Amino acid sequence: MPAIEIRGLSKRFGKKVVLDGLDLTIPQGKNTVVIGGSGTGKSVLIKCVVGLLRADEGEVLIDGEDVTKMDERELVRVRKRFGMLFQGAALFDSMNVEDNVAFALRRLHKYPEGQIRNVVEEKLAMVGLSKIQNLMPAELSGGMKKRVGLARAIASEPEILLYDEPTTGLDPIMADVINELIIRLRESLGVTSISITHDMASAYKIADSIAMLYKGKIIEVGTPEQIRRSANPVVSQFVEGRAQGPITAEHEEFIRFVRRSGESGGQEER
Amino acid sequence: MADGRKKNGFSTALELFGTRVYRMVEDVGNVFVLLLQCVTWLFRPPSEIRNIVKQMEEVGIRSMPVVLVTATFTGMVLALQSWSGFQRFQATSFVGSVVALSITRELGPVFAGLMVSGRVGAAMAAELGTMKVTEQIDALVTLATNPVKYLVVPRVVASTAVLPVLVVFADLVGILGGYFVAVYLLGANPYVYINKTYQYLEFKDIYTGLIKAAVFGFLIALISCYNGFIAAGGAEGVGRATTRAVVASSMVVLISDYFMTSFMF
Repeated sequence: MPAIEIRGLSKRFGKKVVLDGLDLTIPQGKNTVVIGGSGTGKSVLIKCVVGLLRADEGEVLIDGEDVTKMDERELVRVRKRFGMLFQGAALFDSMNVEDNVAFALRRLHKYPEGQIRNVVEEKLAMVGLSKIQNLMPAELSGGMKKRVGLARAIASEPEILLYDEPTTGLDPIMADVINELIIRLRESLGVTSISITHDMASAYKIADSIAMLYKGKIIEVGTPEQIRRSANPVVSQFVEGRAQGPITAEHEEFIRFVRRSGESGGQEER
Repeated sequence: MADGRKKNGFSTALELFGTRVYRMVEDVGNVFVLLLQCVTWLFRPPSEIRNIVKQMEEVGIRSMPVVLVTATFTGMVLALQSWSGFQRFQATSFVGSVVALSITRELGPVFAGLMVSGRVGAAMAAELGTMKVTEQIDALVTLATNPVKYLVVPRVVASTAVLPVLVVFADLVGILGGYFVAVYLLGANPYVYINKTYQYLEFKDIYTGLIKAAVFGFLIALISCYNGFIAAGGAEGVGRATTRAVVASSMVVLISDYFMTSFMF
């Protein structure tokens, strides 16, 4: 089972620096949760890890292999070790649930076709679903979509799982169902995982360690308890969800930026 | 003004023009990059044959009605117009030749291309655009599947292979449409009409039309997939991508038609 080592990772879009020399170590078989406000680059971070985005500088080492230097063929090989749950589940809406879950199994020829049905049934059972193989994604509720997305992510038995906002957009009960699933998968499959979220209830529940992303860097890493009691004003403001504190100024700047973008967008339309 | 300087109308227009040209050059470059990726992934395993057949059905069979109706009425109106013109110098016996040559060399492939641009190009851009904005394309990547190989290669191969087949049918019904109008509505001699159609129609007229069709199919799929791939910004972005795909592929059909005609003349 690999650990992931991120060293000096930088990524900018135009002039906006999103990740600024970020360092983070993901221990083997543990769930590391990256927290941070909206638009701080959490998604960019995990997309750089899986090679969906190319980092400008820095290294992402998986078992000593640097993902940032790989060509497309090597990336395909490495990605076979990953599973990812997307924020909106990202199910293929032209395929039914069975074809979605079986997608990687068929592409990678992991099992003979006759066995695939059983594997799909088993993975769906692991996420608490049954007899929905023939439904289309449009017929599923938000929570079911996430669970099917999770079944698809674990179908080819990955060593590393990435969760992009796993509980966003779900009601509190369904969010807790997903949290329980994440914990159960870590315990039963022993996978290394990175979750990104701004839902602190979820972070405290699923994390072995929590890392706070702020201004393109990881500013603190600790156990859930250490993060809860952090003396860092930025971390404590975020985890306690206070409007007043050091993050406010940046937040206001962000709102001004959004307003400016809205106005210039409107002018362009005219 | 962000830089504090006052811009006049001329410099604003110039800036707008420059931005448009810059974006166009960038798009053309990116389409070539996509083309190179397509060629690279085309020959790598696993085979996408099932996907290609599915796309052939989408492009070919589902576009057949619209292409046939367009071609039939094009042949009919062509017979009507050329009859009206040729009657002025007693040359109505050549209507069959004009209809056959126009349809096979030009109107069959071009109208089929334009119809496929509208129907299939829009569908491709909308489908890929939706997949892009809902992260389905990212999901493909994480499932160790290259999106160009899985999504673009089958569409481009299917479209290139199927459009000439559509045009064979379009040529046939176009000529039949012309025959119907000339013989049954305008009173032309059926024997003379068929004779003149055969007499002046060469094999080259047909195969150059089919080569054009293959090139149109290739360009429509490539441009539409590219526009789908660069969609951003939710439903509005998908709408913009679809419009761009249809406009760009229709224009490219007409522009490339001129150059191919002048080359194969």
